[in-house]
Amino acid sequence: MRLILNPNIAQPDQFYGDLLAAHDGLSDAESHAYNARLVLILGNHIGDLEILAHALDAAKLASLKE
Amino acid sequence: MKAVFETPLYPYQRHADQDTDEPQRHHVVIVGAGPVGLALAIDLAQQGIETVLVDDNDGVSLGSRAICFAKRTLEISDRLGVGQQLVDKGVQWHLGKVFCDTRKIYEFNLLAEDGHRRPAFINLQQYYFEMAMLERVRVLQQQGAPLQLRGGNKVAAVLSHHDHVSLQLDTPDGAYALNADWLIACDGATSPIRQALGLDFVGRVFEDNFLIADVVMDADFPVERWFWFDPPFNRGQSALLHKQPDNVWRIDLQLGWDIDRDAEKRPENVIKRLDAMLGSDIKFTLEWVSIYTFQCRRMKNFRHGRVIFAGDSAHQVSPFGARGANSGVQDADNLGWKLKAVINGSAPHDLIDSYDSERVYGADENIRNSTNSTDFITPKSPVSRIFRDAVLDLAEHYPFARPLVNSGRLSMPCVYDHSPLNTPDAMVSGPSRTRPGAPCVDVALCDGYLLQRLGGRFSLLLLNIDSTIALEDIDEAIDQVVLDASLDLTGALSERYLGSDSQAVYLIRPDQHIAARWSTFDPLAIASALQRALAGGSLTCV
Ligand SMILES: Cc1cc2nc3c(=O)[nH]c(=O)nc-3n(C[C@H](O)[C@H](O)[C@H](O)COP(=O)(O)OP(=O)(O)OC[C@H]3O[C@@H](n4cnc5c(N)ncnc54)[C@H](O)[C@@H]3O)c2cc1C
Repeated sequence: MRLILNPNIAQPDQFYGDLLAAHDGLSDAESHAYNARLVLILGNHIGDLEILAHALDAAKLASLKE
Repeated sequence: MKAVFETPLYPYQRHADQDTDEPQRHHVVIVGAGPVGLALAIDLAQQGIETVLVDDNDGVSLGSRAICFAKRTLEISDRLGVGQQLVDKGVQWHLGKVFCDTRKIYEFNLLAEDGHRRPAFINLQQYYFEMAMLERVRVLQQQGAPLQLRGGNKVAAVLSHHDHVSLQLDTPDGAYALNADWLIACDGATSPIRQALGLDFVGRVFEDNFLIADVVMDADFPVERWFWFDPPFNRGQSALLHKQPDNVWRIDLQLGWDIDRDAEKRPENVIKRLDAMLGSDIKFTLEWVSIYTFQCRRMKNFRHGRVIFAGDSAHQVSPFGARGANSGVQDADNLGWKLKAVINGSAPHDLIDSYDSERVYGADENIRNSTNSTDFITPKSPVSRIFRDAVLDLAEHYPFARPLVNSGRLSMPCVYDHSPLNTPDAMVSGPSRTRPGAPCVDVALCDGYLLQRLGGRFSLLLLNIDSTIALEDIDEAIDQVVLDASLDLTGALSERYLGSDSQAVYLIRPDQHIAARWSTFDPLAIASALQRALAGGSLTCV
């Protein structure tokens, strides 16, 4: 398995909207905490260390541009 | 009543070495009678190697310090003849609870696997550990073992030569000189020997202070390990409560970086903090209080010619995960048989270099683990704090997050996977936990335990091997341990040592680590594996 970086969410607008809605009414600190919990939950779901390493790297953007 | 650690147990006595014109030369001089120096001295004494153990003090560790002793340490202590005494005195515990604020977020059980003689951990004051070792030293001496213990002997100068080391020792009667073929520096984290030789000791200091208190109280708290993140009685910081023998409880309170250490150490302030933690209705007395800053660091190399460093002098970790004394005892275990083989001329000096490579590897593993724990317990940046708190919040609700909570990963023995002493694994489907480099895993047999039959010398473990095979072809330096299925009551022997094979041969080092294994009996292969295990990497092709 490789990290999927092509579109993979059937309803992108729906997901994006849900993500923002989840932060509605949260303070900055609460939002940061929420994001951290979300990253941990998603990370556990993926489980595969190699894919997670790719994702950690991909999120840096810089290393993709070289 | 005087505390044990205030009683002189090996007071200074003048020795004939102090009255000779020329410095006397000894095979091994060990500096420091802490847990590591004592363990090594006993091992060498049991092997008949002439040794002098010196310490500037004359008693056991001041205050408790180490309290958790891991199974591997107990197994090594069995070989040194003190294991049972430690287990009889120690407190066994299985349940750990983790709290955040006022909520219990989860608990864990150190479910011990069946078939091990020793528990995963015991809690025992370091001074009891050292006392048991000192008693063993006395017994060995009475039996004529060539071991001397000299209290009140302080190493004041060290000079390293190519084939020996010369020392100057200060005593109440003045200074005298000694020479040693090998000098083993077990002189603790501040190692005067390391400093005298100008050697490095680099790593990380954690900018935090911990108040460590041992209190005596008759409280009916259960025998469990309780760890708090951010409790009401120590806001924003962590706390630990753990039971030791004699109704002594270990309390660790994180204090933060900018504190007034002298004020914090004053009994009235300590008592105020403990009242807040325990409830003011609990009566206790303070046995010992200290404030620590923790570091994780090691020397680049543990061997410098004829000077070898072991224990805290070579590497230092934060106490989360109980790796200091536990790893130092593994150093001693690793070094003892190698020194013996080199001193007796059955191995080249390169064998000592494998002590360096194996234990540097072990130290890195311990430093990594205790650094991870320390970073979790005391997050050092806003974002690491956010993730830490997220893990704690999730752990209360979802099992997946519990393994991420790190309040100290308990010390496990090191597997020397890349050791030059290993012969590549020749058992295709052998169990991974008993691969070359690993310490032998214990198994209950119908008449005792496997580990009781191993160690001290090289052993050949023969499992279901036809006994008509010509075992006389095997080097007499190797003990033979012949086992078959009839001794394997629970099937654990076959599960841990055979896997899907029907028979196996293991070559096991004197420190119970596995050097090689095969699924068939081949005397030539055994001989060359033994040669490799003694060559210490100087053998390039076999
Ligand atoms: C609060 C705390 C909790 C801990 N908890 C644990 C735990 O639960 N489990 C664990 O495994 N470890 C734990 N440790 C670590 C453990 O205490 C050390 O790793 C251990 O004591 C190291 O043993 P050592 O023999 O290397 O050195 P030490 O015990 O420091 O002994 C060094 C000896 O050298 C002697 N010496 C020094 N200089 C000279 C000199 N110039 N001449 C002669 N003699 C000299 C000293 O007198 C001393 O006796 C803890 C430590 C602390 C501080």
